[in-house]
Amino acid sequence: MTPDALLHPTPAGLYCPLGDFHIDPVRAVPRALITHGHADHARAGHGQVLATRRTLDIMGLRYGAGFAGEVQAAEGAHRIGDVTVAFHPAGHVLGSAQISVTHGGLRIVAAGDYKRGVDPTAETCEPVPCDGFITEATFGLPVFRHPDPRAEIAKLLASLRAFPDRAHLVGVYALGKAQRVLRLIRDAGYDETFYIHGALEKPCTYYEAEGIALGPLAPATSEKRAAPEFAGRIILGPPSAFAARWAQRFPDPLIAFASGWMQIRARTRQRGVELPLIISDHADWAELPATLTELDPGEVWVTHGR
Amino acid sequence: MRAFATLLDRLVVTPGRLSKLRLLQTYFREVPDPDRGWGLAAITRDLELPGVKPAMLRALVAERTDEELFRLSYDYVGDLAETIALIWEGDPDGSVPPLREVVTLLQTTSRSDAPGRVAALLDRSGPSERFALLKLVTGGLRVGVSARLAKQALAAYGAVDVTEIEELWHGLAPPYESLFAWLDGRAEKPAQAAASPFRPVMLATALEEESLATLAPGDFLGEWKWDGIRVQATAEGGVRRLYSRTGDDISRSFPDLLAAMTYEGALDGELLVVRDGAVAPFSDLQQRLGRKTVSAKMQAGYPAFLRAYDLLQDGAEDTRRLPFQERRARLEAFAKTLDPARFDVSPLLPFDDWAALAAARADPPDAVVEGVMLKRRDSVYVPGRPKGPWFKWKRDPYLIDAVLLYAQRGHGKRSSFYSDFTFGVWTAAGALVPVGKAYFGFTDAELRQLDKFVRDHTVERFGPVRSVRAGADFELVLEIAYEGLHRSTRHKSGVAMRFPRISRLRWDKPAAEADHLSTLEAMLPVESAPKV
Repeated sequence: MTPDALLHPTPAGLYCPLGDFHIDPVRAVPRALITHGHADHARAGHGQVLATRRTLDIMGLRYGAGFAGEVQAAEGAHRIGDVTVAFHPAGHVLGSAQISVTHGGLRIVAAGDYKRGVDPTAETCEPVPCDGFITEATFGLPVFRHPDPRAEIAKLLASLRAFPDRAHLVGVYALGKAQRVLRLIRDAGYDETFYIHGALEKPCTYYEAEGIALGPLAPATSEKRAAPEFAGRIILGPPSAFAARWAQRFPDPLIAFASGWMQIRARTRQRGVELPLIISDHADWAELPATLTELDPGEVWVTHGR
Repeated sequence: MRAFATLLDRLVVTPGRLSKLRLLQTYFREVPDPDRGWGLAAITRDLELPGVKPAMLRALVAERTDEELFRLSYDYVGDLAETIALIWEGDPDGSVPPLREVVTLLQTTSRSDAPGRVAALLDRSGPSERFALLKLVTGGLRVGVSARLAKQALAAYGAVDVTEIEELWHGLAPPYESLFAWLDGRAEKPAQAAASPFRPVMLATALEEESLATLAPGDFLGEWKWDGIRVQATAEGGVRRLYSRTGDDISRSFPDLLAAMTYEGALDGELLVVRDGAVAPFSDLQQRLGRKTVSAKMQAGYPAFLRAYDLLQDGAEDTRRLPFQERRARLEAFAKTLDPARFDVSPLLPFDDWAALAAARADPPDAVVEGVMLKRRDSVYVPGRPKGPWFKWKRDPYLIDAVLLYAQRGHGKRSSFYSDFTFGVWTAAGALVPVGKAYFGFTDAELRQLDKFVRDHTVERFGPVRSVRAGADFELVLEIAYEGLHRSTRHKSGVAMRFPRISRLRWDKPAAEADHLSTLEAMLPVESAPKV
């Protein structure tokens, strides 16, 4: 059997005919296997969903309890039709997984989004030996080499000291990046209250419930709070909120953004970011080829966003 | 090297002037001599590395990286120095030597050794030091800091007036240890050492018309305010220099004027383009600004000319302490020896009372006049902008009514406000064409109204830019004030405005009554410039 008979792309997403399921489908399908809880991978409205317990929890937070007809938490190997599937940690965000699909002697791993670096807010990535490996390539150019995230956090804290009168607005994706950045700042010894945008509330509460301590958090949106109180404070929110009226309450805001894209100065300037923090949950140029070399699969398929 | 690299990293993404000043001052405070002086020289473009040529970089990177990957990366990043800095596999911990050693290595290299030395330094650098190193190699740092801003940071750092720095600057050389010793309070102010030094310029304050009643017309001399750039033309001891009003040496762009500076002294005046005795519009002078080399054709087509306002040095004598009336008499005598094709004296504007001056201001004899100047007869020449001795009374700005078309979010304090506005006027075909962009002139309260209007009436978004609903039936009309117009091939409308700002929000005015492009076109200066 050839790898593309086992798994191949269709308009709805990656499809396995022997098991009649899709992986991270972009439209509603009868049976979906979901790698992780980000909205571009985890959509509502499927008939059946198989994913890690944490990914199912996150989908529930995002879409409400009835987001699929039927859900099942992945644990160990599952037989679906003529194939065996299993979920393996991907290290991208909490609950994220690579999905291995095996038939006879042939195994393909759809890695979804993954990273290899240390991150206490996600399960550590476990590479799975395979014949075919489907890798992401978000940062698939040699200009992207993520620095040590602790050094990036040190930049943020240095900026707080240099500009104690400015509110530091740190742009983060609400799920995963937010909690990772919060944890990194705590690990750097900062114990003041963080102020968070409403979109971060549910995911932060969930991470806390899963045993990832984030320290004191308070809503940044309280109407009672007078503007000067935010001077010299760290406020986290999705980057889109910084362009909205929501951000007009903060005094002389200094805009930071935690993302792998902040490696490129033109991108930083374009987005009006004053303090780029190069912190990414995707594999960088060092990790991508290293992972391929380590696994040495017969075939590599490369995906790049949508 | 790390401190310099960190400084560049921060400057390149810091939009606010005050924040930049703060970053520079912190750098001067925290970094020891001579490194801080070399960093300063790199920023002010006074660092010369003759053996190092940017052209070698491509060959250098070709040896180390895959050609196709480099091409894809460069295409994505867009900046050569940054692409190489990112793609080069150096030392992530950055063990590169201090800036002073890097500068010595690069200053003393031969052209043939340069690639090897740069590669060795890159190997020892982390990504942000590599970026800084490559910016040194390519010259212009492009971190949004002018020499002027660097001097202002020095002045703030040492709590001295910026004119003192400007005055000294051309006699100093990197790494400026005597300057820093003075600013740190450890030594006396360095002696002025430049040949043909810059003398800090005296500036006028804007006249408040109501204050005219308190001034005696007989105390003042009047002059036209010419629309060129204010310069100082200094020729002493065989050294000739042309300085901008902030002390930048712009001699290289004006060899034709320099050749005619056969005198011994220092003139203050307006740099203009004058053809056959007629002053050309400012846009003609713009053709000559900022050029490193000037072709003979350019010099012939756009001849540089100095209209003198003042005499600061007459031979061996510093005339700045003399009263203006006396300096003026000396200037007229001095100018008699000058080439009339390159120099004249700005004529006085006789008036008996303020009404006569106001009438002259309302009806200037030349289109390249932007108002009148009033100078006290007894005023000595002092640096800076003292209030009282000199006034400028600019012509009223031009006004048009235009329609708001696009808005863009600002930076810093304005990062969540739509605060940069593109506006347009009607074409003959009944369409709106953009004619300019303005980002000030309104109050904070008006900014909130404008921001709300943009958000409520957005039609399309392009990144940080929004297009706003605009048409004959629905729209916001802005009254725009501006200082002049010139032709522009870079703008779709064919016109470009000088110094446009929003003077009023015309909520009351329907867009159909906004101005037409033909109105602007009629105001363009007559095409006099030859095509070069």
